[in-house]
Amino acid sequence: MVGGKGLGARTLRLYLPLGFFLVAMLFPFYWMAITSIKPNRELYSQKIMPLVVHQPTLTHYIELFDGTNFLTWTYNTMLVAVVTTVVSLVLGVMLGYPLARMNFPGAAIVAIGVAATYLVPQPLLFIPMADIINRLDLGNTLSAVMLTYPTLLIPFCAWLLMGYFKSVPRELEEAARIDGATRFQAMLRVVLPLCTPGLLSAGIFAFTLAQNEFLYALIFLTKSEVRTVPVGAITELIRGDVFYWGQLMAAALLGSIPVAIIYSFFVDYYVAGLTAGSVKN
Amino acid sequence: MAVGPASVARASLAGRATSRRSLLERESVFSWVMLAPGVLFLLAFVAYPFVYGIFISLQDRRVASPGSFVGLANFVAQAQDAVFWQVTRNTFIYTIVATFLKMTGGLAMALVINQQFRGKNLARALLLLPFIVPTVLSTVAWMWIFDPTFSVINWTLRHTGLVTENFSWLGNATLALVSIIIVNTWRGLPFYGITLLAGLQTISPDLYEAAAIDGASVTQRFWHITMPVIKPVLIIVTMFSVIFTFSDFQLPYILTHGGPANATHLFATYAFDIGMSAGQLGMGAAVALAMLPALGLLIVALTLYLRRE
Repeated sequence: MVGGKGLGARTLRLYLPLGFFLVAMLFPFYWMAITSIKPNRELYSQKIMPLVVHQPTLTHYIELFDGTNFLTWTYNTMLVAVVTTVVSLVLGVMLGYPLARMNFPGAAIVAIGVAATYLVPQPLLFIPMADIINRLDLGNTLSAVMLTYPTLLIPFCAWLLMGYFKSVPRELEEAARIDGATRFQAMLRVVLPLCTPGLLSAGIFAFTLAQNEFLYALIFLTKSEVRTVPVGAITELIRGDVFYWGQLMAAALLGSIPVAIIYSFFVDYYVAGLTAGSVKN
Repeated sequence: MAVGPASVARASLAGRATSRRSLLERESVFSWVMLAPGVLFLLAFVAYPFVYGIFISLQDRRVASPGSFVGLANFVAQAQDAVFWQVTRNTFIYTIVATFLKMTGGLAMALVINQQFRGKNLARALLLLPFIVPTVLSTVAWMWIFDPTFSVINWTLRHTGLVTENFSWLGNATLALVSIIIVNTWRGLPFYGITLLAGLQTISPDLYEAAAIDGASVTQRFWHITMPVIKPVLIIVTMFSVIFTFSDFQLPYILTHGGPANATHLFATYAFDIGMSAGQLGMGAAVALAMLPALGLLIVALTLYLRRE
């Protein structure tokens, strides 16, 4: 680009601001990691320099695994995230496909409805939802969250996938149908394989959103055995005024790792989804 | 989405030609069979709760008691309550300040990464981390960063000699609001940054060269080349972000629980306190619905904008 070419100019325009952003964005994770391996003596001292660990220890991790249901919470979180992602992807395809490629009465209303439900934030719905889940007698079951998470994920998947479906040329589908494929087969064997990147984007996003969900899990899951990681950590590692900081950080770090791993493998699909659909945060 | 009459005719011709085409091959029948499960699900678990929430807000309902119809009494009670207006004020300050910071900071981040350098993809992936890690878990780390006694910010400020006393980040009304804005900005800024970067990448460097040769300054190039291209992305991203910042729950709930003395209660956390913690379902639903006028406008605007795209 145009402008100063010297190292000085480049430092000012690139390295300094980039360094600032990296430190600002990553410091909390660094802090999370080192806090989780600091002995309490270092954690609760105003004298010891806190920016590094002097005597690392795994005590907090051992206490987290021995003293809490952390493994159960992790299992619950994963199970719910996987089930809701699959359900939302299937229903998202079934909604998005006709909306993107078919001409039928009522299409405009359904499309507007899907966009609107995508944008309705949870806090507008949680009180009536709590009552509905109670009446269905689903309190303290994972079914309660498996049933409610897709309300956030389906509209998103449908909306994201519509863009991909629209990009597949109509002729391909018509050729398949002339060769004797039904509409359903044409979708399954011709259009969907061509939209694999879209399916990956939607899937990764749905998985991340499901891991991030907190409000419904907090309301519906009040027994330790059915809790997810965020709810478990918040309700059981903070007791009244007592914060188990070491364990909290260990739980936060371990709870973040599954999302971070999946994300690191599919960054490009994630970014594609982000820009294609823009996303709830 | 439009299908030309020609292709419809061709489809029906093909339909007659192969005799075993069933009813399901008709475009409208196929579409509605496909749509039905999703549409029914969303009607049952989004549309119905929404309407049911309005119904609850018109009752004096509490947990485990039936409640009776009270008309707009809950809304009137809120309108006469100073706390409600404080919550309204908090929510607007939170949304406006955080959105401004995320927008300008995100734009700066996008402009920085859009330069040529080694490790660009890695930098992009790392910078997006705050946005993908579950909010509750990263907010817990921030809670420790803001700890009244062991805050690392205070430690750094004290040891560089900038202050002599600890700041009570989450204990002071103003600082607590500042704190939740900082964390919201931290989490949301990369979302702006990375989506705007995608917009920036569509601009050809030739345009800048040409403009520079014509004598356009850096500022002029930004406003006349960069801005027009990224404006549509910026509008969509901002509207999304405003909707979900305005209705934010997780972050203030974890960091401050709305305190001290309601200084950081937003509509969502306040509705939760009243509806869930205190069990006044009707009143809580009314507080949640108070978000609707502002939120509804945004949702309608964004829905129309997305449809037009």
